[in-house]
Amino acid sequence: MELTRATAAGQPGTFAAPGYEDYFVNMGPQHPSTHGVLRLVLKLAGETVLGLTPVLGYVHRGIEKMGEAMSVLQFTHLTDRLDYLSAHINNWGWALAVEEALGIEVPERAQHIRVIMAELTRLASHQLWWGVLGMDLGAFTPFLYGFRDRERIIDIFEKTCGARLTMNYVRPGGVTADVEEDFAKDVGAFLGYFAPFIDEYERLLGDNVIFQERMHGVGVLTPELARSLGCTGPVLRASGVDYDVRRARPYGLYPRLAFTVPLASAGDSWARYQVRIEEMRQSLAIIRQALDAMPAGPVRAKLPAVLNVPKGRWLSRVETARGELAFLLVGDGSAKPWRVKVRSPNFSNLAALPEIIKGCRVADVVAVLSTLDVVIPCIDR
Amino acid sequence: MDNWIWRTEKIPPAVTAWLTGLLGNPLLVDLAKMAVVAALLAGFVSALALALVWIERKVAAHVQQRLGPMRVGPHGLLQTLADGLKLMSKENITPLEADRFIFHLAPLLCFAATFVAMAFIPFAPAIQAVNFNVGLVFVLGIGSVGVLGIFAAGWASNNKWSLLGAMRAGAQIISYELSATLALISVIVFAGSLDFREIVASQAAGWWIWRAPVVGFVAFVIYGIASIAECNRTPFDLVEGESELTAGFHTEYASIRFAMFFLAEFVNIFLVCSISATVFLGGYMPLHIGNLEGFNRLADLIPPWGWFFAKTSALVLVFMWVRWTFPRLRVDQLMNFEWKFLLPLSLTTLAVASVLATAGWFFFPG
Repeated sequence: MELTRATAAGQPGTFAAPGYEDYFVNMGPQHPSTHGVLRLVLKLAGETVLGLTPVLGYVHRGIEKMGEAMSVLQFTHLTDRLDYLSAHINNWGWALAVEEALGIEVPERAQHIRVIMAELTRLASHQLWWGVLGMDLGAFTPFLYGFRDRERIIDIFEKTCGARLTMNYVRPGGVTADVEEDFAKDVGAFLGYFAPFIDEYERLLGDNVIFQERMHGVGVLTPELARSLGCTGPVLRASGVDYDVRRARPYGLYPRLAFTVPLASAGDSWARYQVRIEEMRQSLAIIRQALDAMPAGPVRAKLPAVLNVPKGRWLSRVETARGELAFLLVGDGSAKPWRVKVRSPNFSNLAALPEIIKGCRVADVVAVLSTLDVVIPCIDR
Repeated sequence: MDNWIWRTEKIPPAVTAWLTGLLGNPLLVDLAKMAVVAALLAGFVSALALALVWIERKVAAHVQQRLGPMRVGPHGLLQTLADGLKLMSKENITPLEADRFIFHLAPLLCFAATFVAMAFIPFAPAIQAVNFNVGLVFVLGIGSVGVLGIFAAGWASNNKWSLLGAMRAGAQIISYELSATLALISVIVFAGSLDFREIVASQAAGWWIWRAPVVGFVAFVIYGIASIAECNRTPFDLVEGESELTAGFHTEYASIRFAMFFLAEFVNIFLVCSISATVFLGGYMPLHIGNLEGFNRLADLIPPWGWFFAKTSALVLVFMWVRWTFPRLRVDQLMNFEWKFLLPLSLTTLAVASVLATAGWFFFPG
C-alpha cells in the first residue's frame, strides 16, 4: 500500500476513487496509548483500518553516535536510556560486548546478581505491560495493580543501587557495588508475594470474556512473517518460533539454570498475552534458583585504569523483556569505540504492526500495539 | 411516623397552602410553585452530580487499592467542588473550524435532556416534579435527546476523533435503547400503566423483579446492561474511549461546556438506576415479606425516600463496580452483542411476559 508522507499530510491517498478522500487520522505523537511519542498514521474506512504507517524519530537522541565520543564505561549510562524498562538487561548487553572485547572474567557472585536483576527487570517490564494492556482495553484497574507489584521490584532496585529507573548497575567487569545485606531476604519475600498475584492477573483480565474476545484471532502474526521481519522475544515465540537468546546463544548464568521457554502457536494477541504471563512464572523460578545458589565473593573484576578497546568487532546479544537486544562494538585500539550499533527488538517488533493490523478496527490498533509491547526510546535511540 | 418525613404526600398540599396564604392569587401561587420546584430540582441535580463524582472516585480508588481524593475537605469531599470551580475558571475555547452554534448548543442539549428527565422520577409519594399518564415513555423519549447532544458535539467539533466518537455514540445508544425499552415494556405489561406512580403502586404486593416469574429478572438484567451502554460507561464506553479516541466526542470541549457533559453523564447514571429501581424494585415501596409483621414494621421505619435512594444507590454502585473491573468491547462486538443476542432475548422476554401477564400467571395477581 502506498502511504507516503504526502498522503499522510491529508492529501488524497493513491487508492482514492474520484471524489473520494481517504480518512487519515494521526494517532500520536500525543495520544494516550501510543506508549510514548510514537505517531501512527491511520488510513480508515469508518472504523476499519486500511493501512497504518508508523512515523518514528520523535525521541531520537543520537545515542549510537554519542557512544563514539565516550569511553565504554561511560556508554553504560546511555544504555539505560534505550529501553528504559529494562535498564539492567541493557547494561548487561553492553557489558557482555566490552568483556568479550577486553577478555574480562566476571566473578561468580556478580553473575548471579546479574541474572537476578535481569529477571526482576523482566518481571517489572511484564507487570507494566500487563497493566498498560488492561488500560489500553479500557480497564483502568489492571494498570494500578501492575504498578502496585512493580513498585516492589523497583524498591529492591532502589535499595541495591539507589536508582529506580536508569540504574546503570551492571557494568563491564561485574556490577557497580555489592548488594545490600538483606537483598536475599527482600527478593525472597517478593517471590512469595508475587507468585499468587500472577493468578490474580489471570482472573482479573485473562478470564474476562470481553478481554478474550478482544484478544483471540486479532493481529495474527504468522511465523514466516515474524521471521522475515526479525521479530524477537515474546512476539516471536507467540508465533511458535522457539528462539530465546537465553537458550539459543546462552550468556551469563543461563546455561546452568533450569527454565522453559514458553511457546504459543496462534500468533494472535491472546498467544502473546499467554506467553508473557507464562514468562513471569518462569522468571520467578529463575530468580529462585539464582538466589539459592548465590556464592559469596567479589562482585567486580579488576579492570585496567583505561579500557582500550582493541581493534576488532564484537557482537553481544541479550534477551530483554521485549526480545533480542544486540550491541555491536567496533574498536580501533583507542579508549573510545570506533562505532556502536544497537539492534533494538522494539524496532523489529513494531515493523509487524502495519502488516498484521490491516482489516482490524481502530480499537485493535491500540490493543495489538500493546501486545507487541514496544518502547519508543529504544526504537529512536 | 405520621409526620412529613414518612408521609411525604403531605408536603405538596402544605406548600400550596403556605404559598396561597402568602400570595393569594392562584396564578401567582402556581408560578411560585414552579419556581420552587425548579430551584429544588436544580439544586438536587447539582448536589447529586457532585456526590456521584466523589463516590465514583472513591469507589474506583478502593477497587484499585488507593485512597482517592483526600486533601480537599474531609476525605476529599469538597474535591469535586474545587474541580468544578477550576473548570469554570478555565478559558472557554471554541475551535476555529468548529460549527459555532451547534458546538455551543450540544452540551446544553445533553444537560437539559437529563435534567428534564429527572423531573419525572418519583422519589417518594407525591415527591415528583411532574406526573402524567405516560411518564415512562416521556422519560425514554427525552433521554434520546441526549444522544443528539453527543452527536452534535462530535460533528461540530470538526475533529476526526470526535467524529469517530459521535458515530459510535449514534450507533450504540440508538441500538441499546431498543433493548432498554423492550425490557421496560416487559414489566409494563404486568403493571398495566406507564404512569410512574401507578407502576410503583402496582408493586405493593411485591417487586416486579420476582413477581413476574423469571422474565422480571431477565428484563432487569437486560435493562441493566442496556442502560450501562446508554450511559457510555465501561464496558460500553466506546464513545469516549480514552485509550482509542483520546476523549471521543468531547475532545475539543473545555471549561464549563465540558463540565456540562460530565455532569450530564453522572446524572444520567442516577437517572437510569432510578428508573430501574422504580420499575423493577418497587421504587419507594419498602421491602415487605408476606406476613412477617415484625420485619415489615421494621422496614416501615425507613422513610419511602430512604428506600428509593437505597435501591438506586445500590444499582449505581453496581454500575461503578462494573466500570472499574471490565475492559471495553470493540465496536463490532458491541453491535453483535446487541443485535444478535440482547435484542432477540428482550423480544423473547417481552413475548413471554405478554403471555404470562394476559394469563395472569404471576405472583399475587389482582
